[in-house]
Amino acid sequence: MSATSSSLAARRRRRPDPAFWLLAGLATAILAFLYLPVVVLIIFSFNDNLVTTLPLKGFTLHWYQAMLANEDMLAAIGNSLYVATVATALTLIIGVPAAFAIDRADFPGKTAFRRLVMLPLTLPGIITGISMLNMFRMLGFNLSLETVIMGHGTALVAIVVTQVYARLQRFDRRLEEASGDLGGKPWQTFLMVTLPNIRSAVIGSGLLAFTLSFDEIPVTFFLTGRDNTLPMYIYSTLRRGITPEINAIGTIIVVVSLGLIFLSISLLRDPQRRPAAR
Amino acid sequence: MRLATRRRLANLGVLAPPLFWTMLFMFVPYAIMFAYSFYRKQFPIFIPDIQFGNYLLLLTDPQYYTVLLRTLKIALLVALASLLLAYPLAYFLVFKIHSPRLRAGLYMAVIVPLWVSYLLRAYTWKTILGSQGVLNSFLVWTGTLSEPTDLLLYNQFSVVLTLTYIFIPFVVMPIYTSLEKIPRNLVEASHDCGVGPLHTFLQVTLPLSVPGILAGVTFAFCLTFGDFVAPTLVGGPNATMIASVIQSQFGTALNWPLGAALSIVVLIIVLAIISLSDRFERTGRLNLG
Repeated sequence: MSATSSSLAARRRRRPDPAFWLLAGLATAILAFLYLPVVVLIIFSFNDNLVTTLPLKGFTLHWYQAMLANEDMLAAIGNSLYVATVATALTLIIGVPAAFAIDRADFPGKTAFRRLVMLPLTLPGIITGISMLNMFRMLGFNLSLETVIMGHGTALVAIVVTQVYARLQRFDRRLEEASGDLGGKPWQTFLMVTLPNIRSAVIGSGLLAFTLSFDEIPVTFFLTGRDNTLPMYIYSTLRRGITPEINAIGTIIVVVSLGLIFLSISLLRDPQRRPAAR
Repeated sequence: MRLATRRRLANLGVLAPPLFWTMLFMFVPYAIMFAYSFYRKQFPIFIPDIQFGNYLLLLTDPQYYTVLLRTLKIALLVALASLLLAYPLAYFLVFKIHSPRLRAGLYMAVIVPLWVSYLLRAYTWKTILGSQGVLNSFLVWTGTLSEPTDLLLYNQFSVVLTLTYIFIPFVVMPIYTSLEKIPRNLVEASHDCGVGPLHTFLQVTLPLSVPGILAGVTFAFCLTFGDFVAPTLVGGPNATMIASVIQSQFGTALNWPLGAALSIVVLIIVLAIISLSDRFERTGRLNLG
C-alpha cells in the first residue's frame, strides 16, 4: 500500500507541473500590472502632446525644459530636500536609540512604548498629521516646514526602529563582552564593535526614510504652512488638471527613488545570510 | 557601585530622547485630539467643552455613517483583491523559483514599487483611466470602442483598482516571509503520504502562511481606511472616503471638533483591527503547536 503511494508520488513529481505554468503566467501578469503605470509615466514624459493619449506623437524634451523653468516647482524641490534631509537625521537620532532600548533595556511600559513607536507603520498618515496639527494649534505654533519635519520624524521613525532592531536581534552580544574583557571602554565598544555591525542597517533605513519623506503627503498636508513640498506642489497642480510637466518631474522622482531604494534594500539585507568569509 | 550607577545613567541617556519624543509627538497629540473631539463649534471658534454631540452626529447623520460604511467596504475590497493577487505571486516566488538569486531579484522587483512615490503611483491611474487617458485612447485607436468612455474613472472601481495596485507589494512582503519559513520537508512529507498537491496546499501550506496573510491584509485594510489621496485623485462624488471627510473638516468645512471625533473613530477602528489580527495570529500559532 505504502509502496504504491510513494511510487505514485515519485511519478507525480517527475511529470511537468501544470501549476507551475499557471502560476508563472499569473506572476508575470501581476509584475506587468505593477510596472506598467510607471512605464506609461516615463513614456509620456517624452511624448510631444499636451494630453496623455495614444498613439504617441513624437519625441520631445520640452516637458523637461518647462519643468526646469518652473520656479515654483524648483522652490518646492528645494523645500522637499531640506525637509527630507532634516527629517531623516531626526528619525536616526530618535530611531537608533529606540531600537537599542527595545532590544536591550528593561523598563516599565516597554511594551506600550514599542507599540506606540511602531504604530505609524499601520496607522494612516492622516491621523498622525491631524493629531499633531491639533497639538501645534493648542500650543500656538505657526505651521511651517519645521512642523512638517517634526511630523515626518514621528511618522517615519518606525522604519528605522524596525530595521535597526532586526539587525540588533541577530547581532552576537558576545562580541561586545569580548571587547569589554579586552579593556574597551563602553563608548569604544560601541563605536568600534557595535556600530560597524549595524551600520548598513542604519544607512539603509535612513535612505528609506529619506525617500519616504521626500514623497510624503498625508502628514505634510496638515502640517505645512505657506511653503510647499514637491509632492504637495504636484498634488495641488493635479487637482487643477494634468500637464505633461508632471510626467517629467515624476520620471525623475521615480528614477532617483528607484536608485535609492535598490541601494537601501541591498544594505538592509541580512549580511549573515552571505556565505562566511572563512 | 559607581560603575553600575554610570551604566544606569548611560541607559537613561539612550532611553530618554526616544521616550521624550514619543510622549511629546504621539501620546500628547492623541490626547489633545481626543480632547478636541468633545469641543463645541461656535462659528468661527471652537469652545472647550465635554459633550458627545460630535459623536452623536456621526452616528445619526447619514452623511457620515454612509461614508464610514463605504470606507469599510472599499478597504475590505482592497484588502481582498490585493490578497488574491499577492498570494499566488508570493507562492510562485517561494515554491516554484529554485534559483535563490533569481528569487531574490524577483522579490526585490515586487517590493521596490512600494517605496516609489505613492502620489505618482496614484496619479498615473488618473492618466491611464481618464476619458482622455491612455486606456481610452488605446481602445478607440484599436477600434474596440467607437468613442471614449467615462466609466473607468471617478468611481469606486477606480479607487479600489488604484489602492489595490498600491498595496500589492505590502501584502506580498509578509506572505513571502511566512511562506519562506515553512520547512520544505513538511510539504514533501505530505506528498510522500500520497496527498495531492491541492490538498497539501490547503492542509499544510495555507494554514502555515496565515500569519503572513493576516499581516498583509491588516496593512492593506488599515492604510486604505485612512487614505484621502487616491479618492481625491481618482474617486468621484460617490467614492468619497472617511479621510476625505476628515480632511474637509480641517479645511473648507472648518469644524475641527467634528474632524477630531472622526479621526478618533478611525484611530479606534484601526487599533481594533490591529489587535484583532494580533490575537488571531497568536491563536493560529498556538493551534499549529
